[in-house]
Amino acid sequence: MACKVTEFGAVREVWAGFSLGHETCCSLRNRVDSTKTQRFVIGCQQENAAFPYPDTGVILTFQLSLLFLVVVELITNIFFGKRELDVSAGGRKRIMMMIRRWRRSGDFLRSACKSLTSLRQKHNSMSPSVSGFVNRYESKGKTFESNAWNDHNRELDHHSCVGGNLWMMQQYKSFGSSSSSASKLQRNPLFSSLEPRDVSFFNEILGGEKYVVQDEERLETANTDWMHKYKGSSKLMLLPKTTEEVSQILKYCDSRSLAVVPQGGNTGLVGGSVPVFDEVIINVGLMNKVLSFDEVSGVLVCEAGCILENLATFLDPKGFVMPLDLGAKGSCHIGGNVSTNAGGLRLIRYGSLHGTVLGLEAVTANGNVLDMLGTLRKDNTGYDLKHLFIGSEGSLGIVTKVSILTQPKMSSVNLAFIACKDFLSCQKLLVEAKRNLGEILSAFEFLDNNSMDLVLNHLDGVRNPVSSSENFYILIETTGSGETYDREKLEAFLLKSLEQGLVSDGVIAQDINQASSFWRIREGITEALQKAGAFYKYDLSLPVEEIYNIVNDLRGRLGDLANVMGYGHLGDGNLHLNISASEYNDKLLGLIEPYVYEWTSKHRGSISAEHGLGVMKANEIFYSKSPETVALMVSIKKLLDPKGILNPYKVLPHSFFSP
Amino acid sequence: MKILVAVKRVVDYAVKIRVKPDKTGVDTQNVKMSMNPFCEIALEEALRIKEAGFAKEVVAVSIGPSQCVDTLRTGLAMGADRGIHVEASYSFLPLTIAKILKSLADVENPGLIFLGKQAIDDDCNQTGQMVAALLGWPQATFASKVVLDKDKQSATVDREVDEGLETLSVDLPAVITTDLRLNQPRYATLPNIMKAKSKPIKKMTLEDLKVDIKSDIEIVEVTEPPKRKSGVIVSSVDELIYKLKNEAHVV
Repeated sequence: MACKVTEFGAVREVWAGFSLGHETCCSLRNRVDSTKTQRFVIGCQQENAAFPYPDTGVILTFQLSLLFLVVVELITNIFFGKRELDVSAGGRKRIMMMIRRWRRSGDFLRSACKSLTSLRQKHNSMSPSVSGFVNRYESKGKTFESNAWNDHNRELDHHSCVGGNLWMMQQYKSFGSSSSSASKLQRNPLFSSLEPRDVSFFNEILGGEKYVVQDEERLETANTDWMHKYKGSSKLMLLPKTTEEVSQILKYCDSRSLAVVPQGGNTGLVGGSVPVFDEVIINVGLMNKVLSFDEVSGVLVCEAGCILENLATFLDPKGFVMPLDLGAKGSCHIGGNVSTNAGGLRLIRYGSLHGTVLGLEAVTANGNVLDMLGTLRKDNTGYDLKHLFIGSEGSLGIVTKVSILTQPKMSSVNLAFIACKDFLSCQKLLVEAKRNLGEILSAFEFLDNNSMDLVLNHLDGVRNPVSSSENFYILIETTGSGETYDREKLEAFLLKSLEQGLVSDGVIAQDINQASSFWRIREGITEALQKAGAFYKYDLSLPVEEIYNIVNDLRGRLGDLANVMGYGHLGDGNLHLNISASEYNDKLLGLIEPYVYEWTSKHRGSISAEHGLGVMKANEIFYSKSPETVALMVSIKKLLDPKGILNPYKVLPHSFFSP
Repeated sequence: MKILVAVKRVVDYAVKIRVKPDKTGVDTQNVKMSMNPFCEIALEEALRIKEAGFAKEVVAVSIGPSQCVDTLRTGLAMGADRGIHVEASYSFLPLTIAKILKSLADVENPGLIFLGKQAIDDDCNQTGQMVAALLGWPQATFASKVVLDKDKQSATVDREVDEGLETLSVDLPAVITTDLRLNQPRYATLPNIMKAKSKPIKKMTLEDLKVDIKSDIEIVEVTEPPKRKSGVIVSSVDELIYKLKNEAHVV
């Protein structure tokens, strides 16, 4: 607050306050009547959201009368007091009070407006995070028309809710140090702490210390996520062997209000598989049996702890393949894949897990075992509840068995590694590939020059298949049953693209070894990122034509501070945006977030295409989902898990569950 | 100078093979086939020699069923100038292949014949040596480095032997078989694949070459190696000694 309140300054303040209030009313009105443009244009994508707000006429009258009073006071000061405004302590104080009153009136009016679901955000104090960065959500897409008011207004904004949206959300992010990046969450005091009697109970039902792990070293690994970004402080890890044991564990934990974290291969990239505080880890790794496999229909029924690669190896001699494939296949569990609705490299061909999972068995928070383990391709009896669990990231129940439809293995696999000059060519190539390669297309990935350089620098035994260095590289894989036919089709398509100038250079793998080396480049980017130092990882779904624009924009924004890389499943419109720097840096983080989320939101994208929300993006869900939808999600969560013991602090915004 | 490179179409190196139920051989239905890795290295070396200016033409030859043409196309895409496909209904043993290659060499008159040191499906390691013997040419096998001398019309070859490296000098024409560390084969680039479409592949039959294919060897049975038995954890030194004495009979 300025110490010296000049006459003009005060008026400016007052005017800002007024316009703030005014524009709030107007934007409220804009919800219904969006034709008027105001001083601050706020684009709201929830144009049809209908929620109660007090009559704008009432508000306007109220504000106007307050303004009148303030102006009167100012005028009396000027005319009947000194020429200048009374800037003595007393006078300053009075003016400050006036303005504060003004602001409070605005706040009051806003709090008077009822939110749609009465699940209102708490008005926490606006203490900024360690990074000095305070974020609040407003309606998607916001442009400030008037620049003169910008800087000033931003300060005001911190104390008010600008725009038509009535939620105020704050995040606290601190990726301050790479070793422990706990968010500024508070441990929910409603959860109990672990006691010796709990441990002895678990010992009893699980049958010994082998399955009740309290060893420091093992807990250290279980508490830390794959990227070493999130670290919990759990004191206990349980290794159940059967669904019955899982059920008993959860029943007990629910009765004792002990929070739990379901854990599989711990390869998640958003901190969803590790505890935030001292939640008990339930690792299903010992439940790794294949229960049955039907060689005619291709339906595989297995326990949730089966490692994906092992399942693929099991299916290979039988002539089948798993419908998903991802870089983490050597460690990830199928239960985890299902719980996070993993995408992967072959989604373009086999579809998402929502389509290929035929059934699952899950245990809810109170120990109830839901047997939805159907093996039928079609079953329209009632609500298909398994879809709730697929992608719920362990927050609705622990998946214990999975029934999945596998695909026949096709012998003819061809892989081409192509270089393109610009992103427009990549897009056109995608369209052409879908049309010309059609049914045999099984993967379409892209990576940019920076990613290629990173991989070449940090991984051994990798060379660029294409002799020249280009801006973009594309991997096209085809899988079919006729070797010669597929080969010719791919060659014809690529040669035509070469002639048309879409492709500047490319190679076709001649054997499986060459194919693996091409895949190594694409799949090794994450590994190379780890070796290169600190990295910030984002997983966005965007319209294909926009995908690379965000990379360019972010590059311009960050300049020399960091190396921005874009790669991903171009065929699915999924970008993996990664920013590599020498060390973690809050200033850098502040430049990246929420810019990335807002950019994505503006283009109607998803802030998490396949990685899920976990703990990293738990509070950002509103960038991609409407408040009504989220409210329903919260209701479902509270229905299935009233005490909130399953994977707390994740997936859904924290404020819905804090006491 | 012309270089002749023999390439073989085999089951891909990365495929997990299985024995056919009737034990007559390995199951090759619906498995990925590709060029023998050692043959790729041989072809790569021939191409490098041509690019260095020592040779005018690289000819790739393959003996087998009609699908061998795919392998030849790969060779052409890598850079070979033309291909020769010798039609054969089943896979031959090394001596027959060597006889065929000898007939071809009489026709083509190459200055060098490159082969892979062995095929990964039979691991025979015989064809190169037999070709050299039939032709009466010098041979340098397991080559890990080849340096040509145009004036002296000879090649200096480093061979990988059990004790280390052995350096030989062979007069041309000669037969060289390649080992793993000789080079890293190039990828088949799109422009080269396009050019390969117009390169000729000559088809020849066994009658043309007047080769006697009667084989003195007959494959009786092909079985899997015995499955590895799991080890036993002994509980004491005495038990170990007992087992070594009475069960393994080594003490």
